Amino acid sequence: MTSATGILRTDGLTVRFGGLTALNNVSLSVPPGEIRAVIGPNGAGKSTFFNCLTGVIRPTAGRIVFNDEDVTGLPPYLISRKGLARSYQITNILPGATVLENVRIAAQSRRHNWRMLRHHRAYTDVLDRAHRVLASVGLDGKAAELAANLSHGEQRTLEIAIALATEPKVLCLDEPTAGMSVAETHHTVELIRHIATNLTILIVEHDMEVVMGLASAITVLHYGEVLAEGAPAEIQANARVQEVYLKI
Amino acid sequence: MLSLREVHAHYGKSHVLHGVTIDVGPREVVGLLGRNGVGKSTTLKTIMGLVRASDGSVTFEGRDLIGVATYRLPALGISYVPEDRRVFRLLTVLENLRTGLDRAGMTPERRQALLAKVYDYFPVLRERRHQAGGTLSGGEQQMLAIARAMVLEPKIILLDEPTEGLMPRMVGQIRQIIEILNKEGVAILLVEQNVPLTLAVSDRVYIMEKGAVRHQATAAALRADDAVIHQYLGV
Amino acid sequence: MALDQFLVQTVNGLVSGMILALVASGLTLIFGIMDVVNFAHGDLLMLGAFVGSGVFMSSGNFWAALISAVVVIAALGALLQVTTLRPLLGRDPLTTILATFGISLVLQNYALWQWGPSARKISEPITGQFQLLYLQYPVYRIAIALLSAAIIGGLWLFMKYGTYGIWIRATTQDRVMASAMGIPVPVVHAAVFAIGAGMAAASGVLFAPMVGVTQTIGLDFTLRAFVVVVVGGMGNLGGSILASIFVSLLEAYASLFVSPAQAVIVSFIVLVLTLLFRPTGLFVPTPK
Repeated sequence: MTSATGILRTDGLTVRFGGLTALNNVSLSVPPGEIRAVIGPNGAGKSTFFNCLTGVIRPTAGRIVFNDEDVTGLPPYLISRKGLARSYQITNILPGATVLENVRIAAQSRRHNWRMLRHHRAYTDVLDRAHRVLASVGLDGKAAELAANLSHGEQRTLEIAIALATEPKVLCLDEPTAGMSVAETHHTVELIRHIATNLTILIVEHDMEVVMGLASAITVLHYGEVLAEGAPAEIQANARVQEVYLKI
Repeated sequence: MLSLREVHAHYGKSHVLHGVTIDVGPREVVGLLGRNGVGKSTTLKTIMGLVRASDGSVTFEGRDLIGVATYRLPALGISYVPEDRRVFRLLTVLENLRTGLDRAGMTPERRQALLAKVYDYFPVLRERRHQAGGTLSGGEQQMLAIARAMVLEPKIILLDEPTEGLMPRMVGQIRQIIEILNKEGVAILLVEQNVPLTLAVSDRVYIMEKGAVRHQATAAALRADDAVIHQYLGV
Repeated sequence: MALDQFLVQTVNGLVSGMILALVASGLTLIFGIMDVVNFAHGDLLMLGAFVGSGVFMSSGNFWAALISAVVVIAALGALLQVTTLRPLLGRDPLTTILATFGISLVLQNYALWQWGPSARKISEPITGQFQLLYLQYPVYRIAIALLSAAIIGGLWLFMKYGTYGIWIRATTQDRVMASAMGIPVPVVHAAVFAIGAGMAAASGVLFAPMVGVTQTIGLDFTLRAFVVVVVGGMGNLGGSILASIFVSLLEAYASLFVSPAQAVIVSFIVLVLTLLFRPTGLFVPTPK
């Protein structure tokens, strides 16, 4: 089920590890501006799917098309440069650097040139961008704070800011509310809604309230295959999906 | 017998348990349901001292467990079957069992009797007793992990997702094992995502979400009305 | 190169290989169970030789010296583990490397202070020579090899069949699950360190009649033991024994062509090649 107009598209994506088929013929298409949730019970292949998209794993078969360009098998840094960013489940920030520096470094990666002797403060456009990103996620007040001193929720927000600083067209969020309290979860959901205006977002989540509240469309994976796809209400009404979640 | 009161736990900075309150009485089978990532496994790990509780209390038969070293718990009567089983891959089946059989106060007769009983319940383990744990199939490893917990002669077994990764037809076997264990007087705290199994074997069930218990009921009540189950575990 | 020389060097290689194996087994055991790279291992060997020489001088009995050295150094090993290494468990491996390095410096200087800079001696318990081809070969050398083999064999049997051997193996494979089975992991750690230290002490006493007893005898062994542990696969007991023999034989053969001091280079060549092509160890099955 592929549509030719998606900003991100996979065709028959298959990943096999020895005898184990982690993903089997996964084809989906995400239109620009959508928030697409990828859900499924344990072992459904969600992480493998994300790892494929971001170039961490090479698929055994199938294609990934991003912005009409075949990016299958490209290494992660190239995929990031093309505009597909990812946040991780385990916080990946630089704890010894300040909040601003964390984001500035990510923003600077988009201003790639060879003038190594220039001081980073000379890149005013990069600094501006870093500040703007921090403002958009509500961390501008903590710009000078060491990342290690942030609370857990703030660190997860910083992760998202770092991904945003790379000016992505598509943002992949890997369980952004994992381990969060109810309050932190609400905050993160608001944040994602806020930044979604100019972005296409793919989100892997287990928290169904988050999924139903945010997603415009949902893809359900089960044992590495697409089980169902559609609007949240359709998925909720889908008996097979309920079965799979409750019996597994 | 086992009591958790407002237990909080952290993984580094991540606050994963937000005040968990659970009770398991002697000889009870208590189910702990919830989606992925809600803190069910973490709850068991906190009881076992593998994750340090940052607040609240965990008591067993009146005795405070927080801060007690993990290796002292089997002697108190608590044994643990973790998610992904964790059999000792390079030890044989028999050696795996010996890690529990060879404890202080065991006479050769008691050891033999326990071993015979375990082999009775799990004949495949007798067949493979000299095989390395890592060469067993998933289902066999699960049986070994449970047998290993049994030979500690516990008062309570903490069972973490025993059916995960197993073929559907093995679920029935797991159910039988739980029922046998319970008949022997062992209490069980069962963490699971498989709802029908949990409702079939448990006396009471807790449902967790986002690091806290959101609902508790008898299994009978939930079998009669599963709206709550759909709310917390469905889509 | 005559066949005679080759055969003699084979015997020499096997003998040194067995002693090195005795030192390396303790080292690999310690690493395998608690991820500690014990830089003080050679110094435990050296202290064992000194304690042995002290007992030997007062009693005249080699075997008493051997046994007391093993017991004393094993106890010291347990004490060191409990006071210095146990609090560091679970931290960055660099911390334990620094800790054992620190212990090494302390032990070396203690030995200097306690026994002074002059060398001590322990006489071999079995004198006499036998005719090995063209050489008069000391019987004692063969005896050392046999004794080392016996000690290692004993260790292997203990690990395979003994109750506590199973505890050690279980703790090495999965410390957390071993705890959950009621195995007192901190005690097992201290015991393994004691066993490793005891074996090092035994090597020190066994080797003393051949090289004398000074504060530096440990150094030569430490380096080669590390090479052997890496080549044999860290934590792999059988591997370190095979690697000890392998490396010692190569060195022995190399000394037919170059001086023994230069022959040591052979072990380092083997080390580099192992790290390049089979970093998990030469004698370990290929990882999947």
